[in-house]
Amino acid sequence: MSAGVGVDLENLWIRFGDFVAVRDANVHIKGGDFFSFLGPSGCGKTTILRAVSGFLEPSEGNVLIGGNNMKGIGPNKRPTALIFQNLALFPLMKVWENITFSMEIAGASAKERRKRADELLDMIALPGQGDKLPSELSGGQRQRVAIARALCAEPDVLLLDEPLSALDLKLRQHMRTELREIQKRVGITFIYITHDQGEALTMSDDIAVMRAGVIDQIADGKTIYNDPATAFAASFVGENNVFRGKVLEVKGDQALIRTNRSGDLLSRISTANQGTMKAGDEAMMFIRPEALSLAPTGTQGDHFVTAKVNHEEFEGNSFNIFMEGDGGKELKVAIPNHGQSFDDHSGQDMTLEYDVNNAVAVPAGELAAE
Amino acid sequence: MTSDKIIRVSIWVYLGIFFAYLLGPLVIMSITAFNSPSFPRATPWECLTFEWFGALFQDERILNGIKNSILVGMGTVVLSVAMGLAGALMLTQIWPKLRATYYTIIIAPILIPGVVIGISTLVFWDRINRMLGLGADSFLSNGLFLTIIGQSTFIASYCMLVLVARLQRYDMALTEAALDLGATHAQAFRKVLMPFMMPAILSAAVLAFLASFENYNTTTFTFGEYPTLTIELAQKVRYGITPAISALAFMIVALTVFFALVNEANIKRKAMIADARKDATVGELAGKIEVPGLISRNPAAIALIVLLIGTVTVIGSAMTYSPDQCIANVQEQKRLETEKRIQELRDRRAKESAEKAAAEGAEGGATQTAPKPSNNSGFGGVFAPNTLQNEEDGAADEGVAGSSNNSGFGNVFDPNSIGNDSN
Ligand SMILES: Nc1ncnc2c1ncn2[C@@H]1O[C@H](COP(=O)(O)OP(=O)(O)O)[C@@H](O)[C@H]1O
Ligand SMILES: [Mg+2]
Repeated sequence: MSAGVGVDLENLWIRFGDFVAVRDANVHIKGGDFFSFLGPSGCGKTTILRAVSGFLEPSEGNVLIGGNNMKGIGPNKRPTALIFQNLALFPLMKVWENITFSMEIAGASAKERRKRADELLDMIALPGQGDKLPSELSGGQRQRVAIARALCAEPDVLLLDEPLSALDLKLRQHMRTELREIQKRVGITFIYITHDQGEALTMSDDIAVMRAGVIDQIADGKTIYNDPATAFAASFVGENNVFRGKVLEVKGDQALIRTNRSGDLLSRISTANQGTMKAGDEAMMFIRPEALSLAPTGTQGDHFVTAKVNHEEFEGNSFNIFMEGDGGKELKVAIPNHGQSFDDHSGQDMTLEYDVNNAVAVPAGELAAE
Repeated sequence: MTSDKIIRVSIWVYLGIFFAYLLGPLVIMSITAFNSPSFPRATPWECLTFEWFGALFQDERILNGIKNSILVGMGTVVLSVAMGLAGALMLTQIWPKLRATYYTIIIAPILIPGVVIGISTLVFWDRINRMLGLGADSFLSNGLFLTIIGQSTFIASYCMLVLVARLQRYDMALTEAALDLGATHAQAFRKVLMPFMMPAILSAAVLAFLASFENYNTTTFTFGEYPTLTIELAQKVRYGITPAISALAFMIVALTVFFALVNEANIKRKAMIADARKDATVGELAGKIEVPGLISRNPAAIALIVLLIGTVTVIGSAMTYSPDQCIANVQEQKRLETEKRIQELRDRRAKESAEKAAAEGAEGGATQTAPKPSNNSGFGGVFAPNTLQNEEDGAADEGVAGSSNNSGFGNVFDPNSIGNDSN
């Protein structure tokens, strides 16, 4: 889709006093995309969104919407609509008045507003609920009203600040699908903020992974999951096992790494770091729990790991084995459950095998907090 | 009796004393408004009369005072609520480190004695007036203006406290949401913040009006040509007090009860509408909602209706009722009683002088009238019952003046004091 209006952040810096909340962000968001900022709480996601919606002037750099520089343009003049983290529905207005607030500002008659509200209420599957007060709705319904209110303003870009975080798990999963559908239907650009990687992965066309004011990687979900650019991205998105070490040798797009406790292991170098990673660098190698499989105990080689089993658990779709890992962190292995028999190996040494293409090496860096 | 029982009984006793203390004076005062003697007294009950209400509405100065009080009250409400709102909004905007200091400064007027505010208002605006070279009849030295300005300096602080409490519950994201949806700052203020603040603004307005209405300390320096009700009352009391004042007090009490009930009934009704909305179907919400009748399950509304019916009945009967016959009877009785006493006195004097003559070395009858109850009122001897009485009554007074008087007005309310003066 290229119909929508794109958003660009150019060398964006945002400071609060001496504190740098956003550091040199450069992002290109294509028109009509569902774009997510993913990062832990406090990393500056809301700050970026406020800069796009106009509540905050960047300290340096530019925000461009549809190619137009937004410098000095207030939030009420920007073609954006923001869905607040706490929704911010007007408590004294009925649902239909909430939804059509933007039309009231534009001077539309009550009759026009009513009509538009009814259309939008149908779209968000709340037909005929226009005369309720926000306090008379459930959490999920309020959520949808907030979306309808934002869409009623006919923005070119819809900004969503962790809109699902207040909902319970089941509703959250349902709303994911719903949001994605609404986005496809209206065809405008969505910029979505979340600390939940599941939400980002399931809904987004592209994701920017953020860490403490810095954008580590911008890519589609599959790339971020399979080919993370930094140690943070690798550890924040999905479960991952880390092996710390030093690069011994680089062969094409592969690196042989002398790990701290598992010997010399071979790994693919992540795309972003190919060409820059060289022998002698501190590096981290990541292997997903599902990419490890059991091998005959004691097998040696550059894609075999041997460690002692701490404990095991059965999770339904998989058997999980937790082994002694690197830096106090346990090494997790997930064996898919096909109904095979499974012995308890606690206290024994076991050997694991992996496909070198499923291991990814990045320069050593900060890991995401658990 | 178990100790449990004792505790329960003493709680009731305590409550009884407490409410008697709170409401007793008001009840007594209200009763005096309907008693016929020309000095406010509840006992002895003479005749039911409504004449004091009539007298009240014929008293030009009281009426003028009420008018001025209302004018000042309205001015103060507008000014204080506006300043209070501005102050409250400022408090939420200001740099957090300055907040405590700012708060203290803005609350300070409440702690400053009203007298000081009154004097300083007068001095300050007089200076300004002179600096601008205006005369003594300029707007800046106008009593209404000065009183409104003077009262607002501290009433605005009260308003701010009320408004801040509500504002603290306001989610600033609501204003941002309005801006985000295209509203200007003015529109966001008018359409989102103001409706939210409305209940607090109304409370603040009522509070400001009441505070203004009852103010004396500050107003006494600033009223100029516009004496308010409190000023008029204070001045009136210097020349003696009539039950017309009680009538005024009674009406104020009745109005207070009336508005309290209206408020209560209204709150209850809103709660009932909210309940009805909860049960209503979508279709009912769009049209008319079935709300139970005005008075069902609403004690305050019932009390209100009883009060209204009572008022109408009283006013209606007041139109036709005449206490003249009763008053005439009482007067006749009093006259007889007085005559009887005078007669007794004469007999005694005659007896005394006979004895004196007999005993020789007499000291005269002057000692008979000398001992009087002491007067500790701030108004000096104005209210001393003795000053209003002639020699003859003074002697008669001795017999009944034993009861002590602890009223703040000295002996003004002593039923005995002026009572005999009326005949
Ligand atoms: N107005 C502000 N003044 C000072 N610091 C702020 C302000 N707004 C946000 N911050 C700081 O900026 C950082 C990023 O905040 P935010 O963008 O809200 O994070 P999140 O990613 O959780 O949305 C936080 O450390 C926060 O404390
Ligand atoms: Mg946030």
